[in-house]
Amino acid sequence: MNLEEYKGVYVFAQQVDNEISSIAFELLGKAKDLAKDLNTDVTAVLIGSGVKGLADQLAEYGADKVIVVDDPELKDYRTEPYAHALASVINKYKPEIMLVGATAIGRDLGPRVSARVATGLTADCTVLEIGDFPLQAVPGQEQLHNQLLMTRPAFGGNTIATIACPYNRPQMATVRAGVMQKITPIKGAKANVEEFNPGFTPDNKYVEILDIVKAVTNTVDIMDAKILVSGGRGVGSPENFKILEDLAEVLGGTVSCSRAVVDSGWKPKDLQVGQTGKTVRPNVYFAIGISGAIQHVAGMEESDIIIAINKDADAPIFDVADYGVVGDLNKIVPKLTEALKAEIAAAK
Amino acid sequence: MDFMLSKEHEMARALFKEFAEKEVKPLAQEVDETEVFPRGTVEKMAKLGFLGIPVPKEYGGQGCDPLTYAMCVEELSKVCGTTGVIVSAHTSLCCDPIMTFGTEEQKQKYLVPLAKGEKLGAFGLTEPGAGTDAQGQQTKAVLDGDEWVLNGSKCFITNGKEADVYVIFAITGTVEKRGRMQKEISAFIVEKGTPGFTFGTKEKKMGIRGSSTYELIFTDCRIPKDNMLGQQGKGFNIAMHTLDGGRIGIASQALGLAEGALENTIAYVKERKQFGRAIGAFQNTQFQLADMATKVEAAQLLVYKAAMAKATQKVYSVEAAKAKLYAAEVAMEVTTKAVQLHGGYGYIREYDVERMMRDAKITEIYEGTSEVQRMVISGALLK
Amino acid sequence: MKIVVCVKQVPDTAGGVKFNPDGTLDRGAMLTIMNPDDKAGLEAALRLKDQYGAEVTVVTMGLPKAEEVLREAMAMGADKGVLVTDRVLGGADTWATSTTLAGAIRNLEYDLIITGRQAIDGDTAQVGPQISEHLNIPVISYAQDIKIEGDSVVVERQYEDRYHVVKAKMPCLITALSELNEPRYMTPGGIFDAYKQEITVWGRADLKDVDDSNLGLKGSPTKIAKASDKVRKGAGEKVSLDPDESVSYIVDKLKVKHVI
Repeated sequence: MNLEEYKGVYVFAQQVDNEISSIAFELLGKAKDLAKDLNTDVTAVLIGSGVKGLADQLAEYGADKVIVVDDPELKDYRTEPYAHALASVINKYKPEIMLVGATAIGRDLGPRVSARVATGLTADCTVLEIGDFPLQAVPGQEQLHNQLLMTRPAFGGNTIATIACPYNRPQMATVRAGVMQKITPIKGAKANVEEFNPGFTPDNKYVEILDIVKAVTNTVDIMDAKILVSGGRGVGSPENFKILEDLAEVLGGTVSCSRAVVDSGWKPKDLQVGQTGKTVRPNVYFAIGISGAIQHVAGMEESDIIIAINKDADAPIFDVADYGVVGDLNKIVPKLTEALKAEIAAAK
Repeated sequence: MDFMLSKEHEMARALFKEFAEKEVKPLAQEVDETEVFPRGTVEKMAKLGFLGIPVPKEYGGQGCDPLTYAMCVEELSKVCGTTGVIVSAHTSLCCDPIMTFGTEEQKQKYLVPLAKGEKLGAFGLTEPGAGTDAQGQQTKAVLDGDEWVLNGSKCFITNGKEADVYVIFAITGTVEKRGRMQKEISAFIVEKGTPGFTFGTKEKKMGIRGSSTYELIFTDCRIPKDNMLGQQGKGFNIAMHTLDGGRIGIASQALGLAEGALENTIAYVKERKQFGRAIGAFQNTQFQLADMATKVEAAQLLVYKAAMAKATQKVYSVEAAKAKLYAAEVAMEVTTKAVQLHGGYGYIREYDVERMMRDAKITEIYEGTSEVQRMVISGALLK
Repeated sequence: MKIVVCVKQVPDTAGGVKFNPDGTLDRGAMLTIMNPDDKAGLEAALRLKDQYGAEVTVVTMGLPKAEEVLREAMAMGADKGVLVTDRVLGGADTWATSTTLAGAIRNLEYDLIITGRQAIDGDTAQVGPQISEHLNIPVISYAQDIKIEGDSVVVERQYEDRYHVVKAKMPCLITALSELNEPRYMTPGGIFDAYKQEITVWGRADLKDVDDSNLGLKGSPTKIAKASDKVRKGAGEKVSLDPDESVSYIVDKLKVKHVI
């Protein structure tokens, strides 16, 4: 394998029902940074049936080039024809970096393709950067430059590892959704669009899709929620939980609560966080009017980000909060909801 | 001399622990609070063979040794004393005497469904006037044709109303012993639903509140002649032999309660802060924990030794008595200290140690009080 | 029907994580369990066995100690256990691991291979699909329901907002989600029986059609540049501001952390 032949940062531009998934734009945003560091360009690989028209959108989000693999066999996602398409693109165009979203599709496609093109794959990355391997020069070992350094949590978030793929190409990573930043779309941007069809011959590996059942969203289990807005006795009344519900709605989150709230009959037991309730680890945990009794903290201290709002500056919740705000929740929470609404509207 | 458990025993412990954590612990508080027998848990345990651990496979059991059984009761009791005693009473006090003294027909008819957990077992020896003094029995059985007719009552019966099969003791006559007339006691197997067999009041207890403790009442209760367990007049021996095994079960329950309280306390003192430090950083806490842990391990060694003795020795009364005496007193001491180290939180029901302390007390009382255990041990010393 | 189930012995992440000086995991120093998704895969296989009749062979790769998960699987009802262990296989990434397991499975007869979706230590979800690629058979990832229809499997394949009902001819590889089922417990008697059975132990020499350059640490394309424990959370910042400033403070933090 001549590593020098491999050039450019490539992104698998996932689409579902011929609509580009948000992860594709996020990957393009990151790919642009990486391409800049490597002084190369960004290519999106668009795979599907009747998807060519989507190329412009990818250009608006930062793709310099779009390779379109368009074939009726690619209508709905199936591992084999998609793996064949992406592996063929890699073999033909030889990218040095291939990014795939760590979605239910990407986490199936990525490993199958990496095994087919015989390279490494790092899963669920949260940080991607260009750097040296080894990180520090080691006597007797050549230090390689311009390597993709892929950082990812492991062991349920107990550890962080940075991985390189120094002697194989492409350097492949699946990237966790919601971590990388999209660029502000450049209206009217155009990419160099190239069509490529490696030919699709169904064999035993082509599975048959008998049915597609779209899920109806039902109530979220607080243990699955990415954002929890949790209230304690400090919220004051069951009616006042409305301001927490409003905040949760803006962020696409879910309301949970402390034991005191359940004991008071304000909320049902299945929303209770803590030793005698549920253990949660959302990306963001708002502790609002929760003092932070030890039994509550035991159920939420593993959350990625803890934001506490409490009027008592000595409340133990501040010992575990990343960001603590001492103040009146009745004044802060409604304003926060409004401010976030405005921010989210502006970002659209 | 080897203090290492075999890999099989380690894995069995892991199984019991996982089951206890997942299936039993979440219900422990509610079971205590509502005093409702955990029927669902018993059904789950039945499916997994937990109700026939030391019973041979040919009788529907798991074919494991008494140590495996003791570890099961221990792990269950770590999280719920009620669940521990349900298994102990069923296995030690009902399966075991039928296994040891039953006829082949009795084993097929009663032991197999008991070991499979299709039926639950109980044991009736204690009467209002016959506790430690088991000879003070009043319940009588009179042979009438092909049937024994039972009259009398039994009290404080674990698994009382929930069981299906009962091992019951009754007076079947008098015998002369060393020139004195003594009651002749025999053992019987009685099925729930037998006409004349009814239940009295449900006891409201300090601890193990989910276990079903009832008075059993026999009024002209007629059972088949074949339901006598063992030989006529051997009832006292059967009872004493059964209680030797039962004490290993209760010792395991006590051990589990002490271990559970210790584990809870260790976790608590790491988290609880006073004067700006975790209370585990204070030497008083550290020394208390050291004493508790040492006694718990000593209790475990005695319990496991007694369980091994049951597997290898014909008589193990002294081993069982020592294990039960020590484990029960350690359970009481450790749970009390655990409550103290929890401070005010230890006194409220939100925290498990409060329940564990209440549950622990009974282990010093039932299946032979600590005083009875001392009698057994000293009796052997001064023989 | 013959089913091969791949299981992994993983550190119980509740017990803390330890590393060797070279950045690889010090697996010997941690408490271990059978990986939860793999256990769901095993349960799925055992249910197929209960329903259709099957011989279930469990394969694991790891240290000699990994024998424990095979015993556990047999105590749950699996028929045979294969332990793949060899010094030269140590330090493998997903590529080298999948190469090794494929090399072992080539020695076995199978209609169905079931793996867990992902292991709780690495969380990569890669080994299952990569094994299927090495064996040139179809893969259905993220299975939430499995049925057998003649010589095919019909699987509900989960996605974020939908599921596909997918039919594949056997042999086929399926990756199981822990949501697939509630794995059965072992039985006490089953444990003692499992320890009476023989376990097959294979080393490097027993792997079929595998090149040395694809095995172990040396054969792993991905290399660990740095690994570290995540620092346990302590108190973070605490501010006391007026309501409007408090709101902008929180909004800023959410932006920095890419929540919005």
